[in-house]
Amino acid sequence: MQMEKQNQTLIVYLDGELDHCSAQSIRRLLDGCIKDGEIKNMVLDMQELTFMDSSGIGVILGRYKQIKDKGGRMMVRNMNRQVERVFRLSGMNQIIETM
Amino acid sequence: MKITNQMEISFLSIPENESFARVAVSAFAVQLNPTLDVLADIKTAVSEAVTNAIVHGYCDCMGMVKIEAILKDNGMLRLVVSDEGCGIENVEEAMQPFFTSQPEKERSGMGFSVMQTFMDQVEVMSEPGKGTRVTMEKKILAG
Repeated sequence: MQMEKQNQTLIVYLDGELDHCSAQSIRRLLDGCIKDGEIKNMVLDMQELTFMDSSGIGVILGRYKQIKDKGGRMMVRNMNRQVERVFRLSGMNQIIETM
Repeated sequence: MKITNQMEISFLSIPENESFARVAVSAFAVQLNPTLDVLADIKTAVSEAVTNAIVHGYCDCMGMVKIEAILKDNGMLRLVVSDEGCGIENVEEAMQPFFTSQPEKERSGMGFSVMQTFMDQVEVMSEPGKGTRVTMEKKILAG
Protein backbone atom coordinates (compact mmCIF):
# COMPACT_ATOMS: atom_id res chain seq x y z
CA MET A 1 0.00 0.00 0.00
CA GLN A 2 1.52 3.33 -1.10
CA MET A 3 0.68 6.70 0.40
CA GLU A 4 1.26 10.22 -0.78
CA LYS A 5 0.84 13.44 1.16
CA GLN A 6 -0.35 16.51 -0.70
CA ASN A 7 -0.64 19.46 1.67
CA GLN A 8 -3.43 18.48 4.10
CA THR A 9 -4.59 15.52 2.05
CA LEU A 10 -3.36 11.95 2.31
CA ILE A 11 -3.78 9.86 -0.84
CA VAL A 12 -3.82 6.15 -0.04
CA TYR A 13 -3.30 3.68 -2.89
CA LEU A 14 -5.00 0.51 -1.67
CA ASP A 15 -3.91 -2.69 -3.38
CA GLY A 16 -4.61 -6.41 -3.28
CA GLU A 17 -7.59 -7.59 -1.25
CA LEU A 18 -9.34 -5.80 1.61
CA ASP A 19 -10.92 -8.50 3.76
CA HIS A 20 -10.99 -9.37 7.46
CA CYS A 21 -7.47 -10.80 7.17
CA SER A 22 -5.85 -7.65 5.75
CA ALA A 23 -8.15 -5.18 7.57
CA GLN A 24 -6.17 -5.02 10.81
CA SER A 25 -2.84 -3.98 9.25
CA ILE A 26 -4.50 -1.47 6.89
CA ARG A 27 -6.46 0.00 9.82
CA ARG A 28 -3.29 0.37 11.88
CA LEU A 29 -1.38 2.06 9.04
CA LEU A 30 -4.18 4.51 8.25
CA ASP A 31 -4.78 5.37 11.90
CA GLY A 32 -1.09 6.19 12.29
CA CYS A 33 -1.34 8.64 9.40
CA ILE A 34 -4.60 10.23 10.57
CA LYS A 35 -2.93 11.02 13.91
CA ASP A 36 -0.56 13.28 11.94
CA GLY A 37 -1.93 16.71 12.87
CA GLU A 38 -1.39 18.07 9.35
CA ILE A 39 -3.61 15.49 7.66
CA LYS A 40 -7.20 16.63 7.35
CA ASN A 41 -8.52 14.92 4.21
CA MET A 42 -8.13 11.40 2.85
CA VAL A 43 -8.45 10.04 -0.69
CA LEU A 44 -8.69 6.26 -1.06
CA ASP A 45 -7.51 5.28 -4.54
CA MET A 46 -8.79 1.77 -5.31
CA GLN A 47 -7.30 1.29 -8.77
CA GLU A 48 -5.22 -1.67 -7.60
CA LEU A 49 -7.74 -3.02 -5.07
CA THR A 50 -8.95 -6.29 -6.60
CA PHE A 51 -11.42 -7.38 -3.92
CA MET A 52 -13.31 -6.01 -0.92
CA ASP A 53 -15.94 -7.53 1.36
CA SER A 54 -17.91 -6.12 4.28
CA SER A 55 -14.78 -6.09 6.46
CA GLY A 56 -13.58 -3.32 4.13
CA ILE A 57 -16.75 -1.36 4.83
CA GLY A 58 -15.88 -1.40 8.53
CA VAL A 59 -12.35 -0.16 7.82
CA ILE A 60 -13.52 2.69 5.56
CA LEU A 61 -16.35 3.79 7.86
CA GLY A 62 -14.05 3.81 10.89
CA ARG A 63 -11.53 6.06 9.09
CA TYR A 64 -14.36 8.24 7.71
CA LYS A 65 -15.54 8.97 11.26
CA GLN A 66 -12.03 10.01 12.32
CA ILE A 67 -11.57 12.28 9.30
CA LYS A 68 -15.00 13.79 9.84
CA ASP A 69 -14.17 14.46 13.50
CA LYS A 70 -11.15 16.44 12.28
CA GLY A 71 -13.45 18.48 10.06
CA GLY A 72 -11.99 16.95 6.90
CA ARG A 73 -13.31 15.15 3.83
CA MET A 74 -12.93 11.59 2.68
CA MET A 75 -13.14 10.61 -0.98
CA VAL A 76 -12.81 7.33 -2.86
CA ARG A 77 -11.89 6.82 -6.50
CA ASN A 78 -11.20 4.14 -9.12
CA MET A 79 -13.32 1.32 -7.68
CA ASN A 80 -13.73 -1.84 -9.75
CA ARG A 81 -17.23 -3.27 -10.22
CA GLN A 82 -17.05 -5.76 -7.35
CA VAL A 83 -15.73 -3.19 -4.89
CA GLU A 84 -18.31 -0.63 -6.00
CA ARG A 85 -21.19 -3.09 -5.51
CA VAL A 86 -20.15 -3.74 -1.90
CA PHE A 87 -19.59 -0.01 -1.38
CA ARG A 88 -23.06 0.89 -2.67
CA LEU A 89 -24.81 -1.96 -0.86
CA SER A 90 -23.57 -0.59 2.44
CA GLY A 91 -24.89 2.88 1.58
CA MET A 92 -21.41 4.40 1.89
CA ASN A 93 -21.90 6.14 -1.44
CA GLN A 94 -24.42 8.38 0.34
CA ILE A 95 -21.91 9.70 2.86
CA ILE A 96 -18.53 9.36 1.17
CA GLU A 97 -17.74 11.28 -1.99
CA THR A 98 -16.67 9.35 -5.07
CA MET A 99 -14.34 11.06 -7.50
CA MET B 1 -31.81 -32.12 -10.89
CA LYS B 2 -28.74 -34.26 -11.37
CA ILE B 3 -25.49 -33.50 -9.53
CA THR B 4 -22.68 -33.07 -12.04
CA ASN B 5 -19.83 -32.31 -9.67
CA GLN B 6 -19.19 -32.05 -5.98
CA MET B 7 -16.33 -31.07 -3.66
CA GLU B 8 -15.65 -30.60 0.01
CA ILE B 9 -12.84 -28.76 1.77
CA SER B 10 -12.15 -27.99 5.38
CA PHE B 11 -9.58 -25.68 6.89
CA LEU B 12 -8.54 -24.13 10.17
CA SER B 13 -10.42 -20.99 11.23
CA ILE B 14 -7.57 -18.55 10.68
CA PRO B 15 -7.99 -15.31 8.66
CA GLU B 16 -5.33 -16.39 6.14
CA ASN B 17 -7.80 -19.04 4.91
CA GLU B 18 -10.41 -16.47 3.85
CA SER B 19 -8.67 -15.84 0.53
CA PHE B 20 -7.95 -19.57 0.15
CA ALA B 21 -11.70 -20.28 0.46
CA ARG B 22 -12.58 -17.63 -2.15
CA VAL B 23 -10.05 -18.94 -4.63
CA ALA B 24 -10.98 -22.60 -4.05
CA VAL B 25 -14.72 -22.05 -4.58
CA SER B 26 -14.27 -19.80 -7.61
CA ALA B 27 -11.88 -22.34 -9.17
CA PHE B 28 -14.58 -24.98 -8.69
CA ALA B 29 -17.38 -22.77 -10.07
CA VAL B 30 -15.40 -21.69 -13.12
CA GLN B 31 -16.18 -24.96 -14.91
CA LEU B 32 -19.69 -23.61 -15.57
CA ASN B 33 -18.11 -20.71 -17.46
CA PRO B 34 -19.66 -17.91 -15.37
CA THR B 35 -19.19 -14.24 -16.18
CA LEU B 36 -16.55 -12.39 -14.17
CA ASP B 37 -19.33 -10.52 -12.35
CA VAL B 38 -21.00 -13.77 -11.27
CA LEU B 39 -17.68 -15.18 -10.13
CA ALA B 40 -17.06 -12.01 -8.12
CA ASP B 41 -20.51 -12.38 -6.50
CA ILE B 42 -19.71 -15.94 -5.44
CA LYS B 43 -16.28 -14.99 -4.07
CA THR B 44 -17.79 -12.15 -2.06
CA ALA B 45 -20.54 -14.32 -0.55
CA VAL B 46 -18.05 -17.07 0.34
CA SER B 47 -15.77 -14.49 1.95
CA GLU B 48 -18.62 -13.25 4.16
CA ALA B 49 -19.73 -16.72 5.24
CA VAL B 50 -16.18 -17.88 6.01
CA THR B 51 -15.34 -14.64 7.85
CA ASN B 52 -18.48 -15.07 9.98
CA ALA B 53 -17.39 -18.60 10.89
CA ILE B 54 -13.91 -17.38 11.86
CA VAL B 55 -14.91 -14.14 13.61
CA HIS B 56 -18.16 -15.19 15.28
CA GLY B 57 -18.35 -19.00 15.19
CA TYR B 58 -14.89 -19.46 16.63
CA CYS B 59 -14.63 -16.09 18.38
CA ASP B 60 -12.65 -17.36 21.35
CA CYS B 61 -11.22 -20.59 20.00
CA MET B 62 -10.10 -22.25 16.79
CA GLY B 63 -11.82 -24.96 14.85
CA MET B 64 -12.48 -26.24 11.38
CA VAL B 65 -14.56 -24.46 8.74
CA LYS B 66 -16.09 -26.71 6.09
CA ILE B 67 -17.28 -25.83 2.60
CA GLU B 68 -19.32 -28.23 0.51
CA ALA B 69 -20.01 -27.25 -3.10
CA ILE B 70 -22.37 -28.96 -5.51
CA LEU B 71 -22.98 -28.25 -9.18
CA LYS B 72 -26.23 -29.38 -10.76
CA ASP B 73 -26.98 -29.95 -14.43
CA ASN B 74 -29.29 -26.91 -14.52
CA GLY B 75 -26.30 -24.66 -13.74
CA MET B 76 -27.12 -24.32 -10.06
CA LEU B 77 -24.24 -23.90 -7.61
CA ARG B 78 -25.04 -24.85 -4.04
CA LEU B 79 -22.60 -23.93 -1.28
CA VAL B 80 -22.74 -24.97 2.36
CA VAL B 81 -20.36 -23.18 4.73
CA SER B 82 -20.42 -24.66 8.21
CA ASP B 83 -18.63 -24.48 11.52
CA GLU B 84 -18.91 -26.21 14.88
CA GLY B 85 -18.43 -23.00 16.83
CA CYS B 86 -20.57 -21.12 19.33
CA GLY B 87 -23.63 -20.75 17.08
CA ILE B 88 -26.05 -17.82 16.84
CA GLU B 89 -28.67 -17.17 19.53
CA ASN B 90 -31.05 -15.26 17.29
CA VAL B 91 -30.56 -15.87 13.56
CA GLU B 92 -33.29 -13.44 12.51
CA GLU B 93 -31.65 -10.62 14.45
CA ALA B 94 -28.17 -11.54 13.16
CA MET B 95 -29.44 -11.28 9.58
CA GLN B 96 -30.70 -7.72 9.98
CA PRO B 97 -28.58 -5.22 8.01
CA PHE B 98 -26.01 -3.44 10.19
CA PHE B 99 -26.60 -5.78 13.15
CA THR B 100 -23.30 -6.74 14.76
CA SER B 101 -22.37 -8.31 18.05
CA GLN B 102 -18.88 -6.75 17.79
CA PRO B 103 -19.29 -3.01 17.04
CA GLU B 104 -16.06 -2.24 18.93
CA LYS B 105 -14.16 -4.26 16.32
CA GLU B 106 -15.61 -2.17 13.47
CA ARG B 107 -17.64 -5.07 12.12
CA SER B 108 -20.10 -3.54 9.66
CA GLY B 109 -22.94 -5.98 10.26
CA MET B 110 -23.41 -6.35 6.52
CA GLY B 111 -22.20 -9.94 6.08
CA PHE B 112 -25.58 -11.64 5.66
CA SER B 113 -26.92 -8.71 3.58
CA VAL B 114 -24.00 -9.13 1.17
CA MET B 115 -24.65 -12.88 0.94
CA GLN B 116 -28.37 -12.30 0.30
CA THR B 117 -27.67 -9.68 -2.36
CA PHE B 118 -24.97 -11.58 -4.21
CA MET B 119 -26.57 -15.06 -4.13
CA ASP B 120 -30.05 -16.16 -5.22
CA GLN B 121 -30.90 -17.88 -1.96
CA VAL B 122 -29.42 -17.93 1.55
CA GLU B 123 -30.52 -20.11 4.44
CA VAL B 124 -28.98 -20.05 7.91
CA MET B 125 -29.35 -22.79 10.48
CA SER B 126 -27.68 -22.40 13.83
CA GLU B 127 -27.73 -23.92 17.26
CA PRO B 128 -26.02 -22.21 20.21
CA GLY B 129 -23.03 -24.24 21.33
CA LYS B 130 -23.14 -26.50 18.29
CA GLY B 131 -22.39 -24.35 15.26
CA THR B 132 -23.79 -22.65 12.18
CA ARG B 133 -24.59 -23.87 8.69
CA VAL B 134 -25.08 -21.36 5.86
CA THR B 135 -26.53 -22.72 2.62
CA MET B 136 -26.34 -20.52 -0.47
CA GLU B 137 -27.48 -21.12 -4.04
CA LYS B 138 -26.82 -19.29 -7.25
CA LYS B 139 -27.81 -20.10 -10.80
CA ILE B 140 -24.82 -19.73 -13.05
CA LEU B 141 -25.57 -18.58 -16.55
CA ALA B 142 -22.64 -19.24 -18.84
CA GLY B 143 -20.77 -16.09 -19.86
